[in-house]
Amino acid sequence: MSKQGVSNAAPESRDSLLKRFIAATEIDTRMLGMVAALFAVWCAFDIYSGILRPNTGLFGGAFLTPRNLWTLLVQTSSIAVMSTGMVLIIVMRHIDLSIGSMLSLVAVAGAVLQVFILGPSIGVGHPVIWIAAILACLALGTFIGALNGFLTAYAQIPAFIVTLGGLIAYSGVAFLLAKGVTVAPMDKTFKIIGGGVPASWLGPFWSWALAIVVCVLIFLGIVGGRRQRQRFGFKLRPVWGEATLIAIGSAAVLGATAVLTSYPWPFGLIKQYAEENNIPIPAGVENPDGDAICMVGEKVVRCTEGLIYYTGFAVPVLIALGVGVVMTFIATRTRFGRYVYAIGGNPEAADLAGIDTKKMTVKVFALMGFLVGISAVIASARLDAATNALGQLNELFVIAAAVIGGTSLAGGIGTIYGAILGALMMQSIQSGMALLNLPAAFQNIVVGTVLVFAVYVDQFYRRRVK
Amino acid sequence: MSTPLVELRNMSISFGGIKAVDDVSIDLFPGEVVGLLGHNGAGKSTLIKILSGAYRRDRGHIFINGEEAHISNPRDAKNFGIETIYQTLALADNVDAAANLYLGRELRTRWGTLDDAAMEAEARKVMGRLNPNFKRFKEPAKSLSGGQRQSVAIARAVLFNAKILIMDEPTAALGPQETQMVAELIHELKRQGLGIFLIDHDIHAVKALCDRAAVMKNGQLVGVVKVDDVTEDDLLGMIILGKQPDKAA
Ligand SMILES: Nc1ncnc2c1ncn2[C@@H]1O[C@H](COP(=O)(O)OP(=O)(O)O)[C@@H](O)[C@H]1O
Ligand SMILES: [Mg+2]
Repeated sequence: MSKQGVSNAAPESRDSLLKRFIAATEIDTRMLGMVAALFAVWCAFDIYSGILRPNTGLFGGAFLTPRNLWTLLVQTSSIAVMSTGMVLIIVMRHIDLSIGSMLSLVAVAGAVLQVFILGPSIGVGHPVIWIAAILACLALGTFIGALNGFLTAYAQIPAFIVTLGGLIAYSGVAFLLAKGVTVAPMDKTFKIIGGGVPASWLGPFWSWALAIVVCVLIFLGIVGGRRQRQRFGFKLRPVWGEATLIAIGSAAVLGATAVLTSYPWPFGLIKQYAEENNIPIPAGVENPDGDAICMVGEKVVRCTEGLIYYTGFAVPVLIALGVGVVMTFIATRTRFGRYVYAIGGNPEAADLAGIDTKKMTVKVFALMGFLVGISAVIASARLDAATNALGQLNELFVIAAAVIGGTSLAGGIGTIYGAILGALMMQSIQSGMALLNLPAAFQNIVVGTVLVFAVYVDQFYRRRVK
Repeated sequence: MSTPLVELRNMSISFGGIKAVDDVSIDLFPGEVVGLLGHNGAGKSTLIKILSGAYRRDRGHIFINGEEAHISNPRDAKNFGIETIYQTLALADNVDAAANLYLGRELRTRWGTLDDAAMEAEARKVMGRLNPNFKRFKEPAKSLSGGQRQSVAIARAVLFNAKILIMDEPTAALGPQETQMVAELIHELKRQGLGIFLIDHDIHAVKALCDRAAVMKNGQLVGVVKVDDVTEDDLLGMIILGKQPDKAA
């Protein structure tokens, strides 16, 4: 065994570097495992797709490219947003099977409001439209969620049954509302939330500015936490542990920003933007693999050197990250969150401690509904349309994301970041297989298998840790 | 005589035809410890759960300081200063000891967020008095031993300046030293003027700690006696035969 050069604690130096690292940073080993698994999946897809058809990815494939990672994040946001609410529902020993249908219903309602009601009456594009549509989606989602919660808590119908009924009934309502057709197009400003238009991309400058702000917040958060523990004279993490945490957090933020800010706008959009804003397009040499645009004679063509814009963070991804932060705060720092976990751990004890478990049930389901409202806005804005099938099967992906992320169906255990990582994992596997042109049937088989396997690994891990 | 702190009048509750508590009346004065005795299934826990708001009575009235108290859930009871240590040690297994201590009454920062550090510090203080060996504040209650869980439950009841304390077999999981500590705690709280209902199987302990003892059998009250007026055998007789001893009747 190699000896550390400087070490004042003899027994500690025997532990592996990883063990000391985990002890010093108090990092959640489960999360470490998930991140490693996610990264392994990404690498595997990149290597395999590179063998089939070489591309610009980290390992020569098409997966670890800015374009694919950017798309992956945008595609994950809707499911990720809802999975954070599902964590709390499952922690409280309930389930919500209705969210897919609820999403369709809310999205269709929002679309009908924009396209058939407000558009014709106050004029297409009026700023009231997108605000009213968003508020309507959030309010309707919250209301339906509260209804689910009310039936579960006060009518004492098991949540499984209430929301199974909702799964069937809400999609019926969505169908009637949409009259079976696709409701489109969405309001121009509303579409920004979907991440499909240039206005919803932050661009390099603001992306980097945001990244730096987040790094500062990480620093302040860790230092503040340390102060708090100092105030009461509790045991502190070693300084190098805290420093490592700050370094890792900042590196992750900056790395993600670097990747996302190097994904250029699609060719057609750069051209359109330049023409609309009278930006001169420089002359250059055509290169069909280039991402910039330039003029060759009278024609606008692709080239390596020329006019180019980069996307950076997209609005739906920012929303998902924001929801993740707020939900983590709610789950860990507020009385509401504490009660959710206590009720999940022992409903009777929570009741005897004076917690109004029924009211809490209504609130948690209402919160779930609110998040479905957000996702409904994201999904319909992204598609630029709403149909009664928009949220189909979303409930299963959301539950799977929460469970892969370590939420225990027995209640009481689950983390927000775990669910978000779970959502990312599910979407990665699907995108990766789509990239490899594997048939949809095969994709389903793999996703289903991964879900079961992830729960098996999780249980094995928990038994070991105890 | 002064007004009783608690007066339970004609308490009745049944579960699916079984009369778990049948027309029981009992009172408790400030600074008094009343022991509840009886076989398993006699209805002791059920009776006190009515007072603590966990069960809703079918019939009967509760008076606190002479005024009728409407208690229909645990929150109501806590508002009357009634704290309970349940036989089942109602703890949330997945949250830590400090969080369990403050469950339902969390300390918060001035921004309204949980002040976990303050709760932990406070918990360390209280537990330092009650069970100085206790160190596992940050671990989920699940990982605690029976005795440790018991001390968390006791600490929770005494932390919030109760006026009426209900202890349902508080020493069941404790070793001799910790049991002694609970006995001292009861003396101390009694001195402070609390009224205490103590359910205990140990007749010896009831005689030592209580002022009066109430004996129940099959949901009914056999009788209430001053412990100094009876012998342990008398109490045993009441429990087994369900009859008042002749001299105390
Ligand atoms: N929630 C309940 N549902 C049905 N029966 C109950 C319930 N709680 C108590 N009982 C019944 O009431 C009777 C009294 O129980 P309990 O008060 O726990 O007795 P003790 O505490 O004196 O041992 C028992 O027959 C028990 O089975
Ligand atoms: Mg009992």
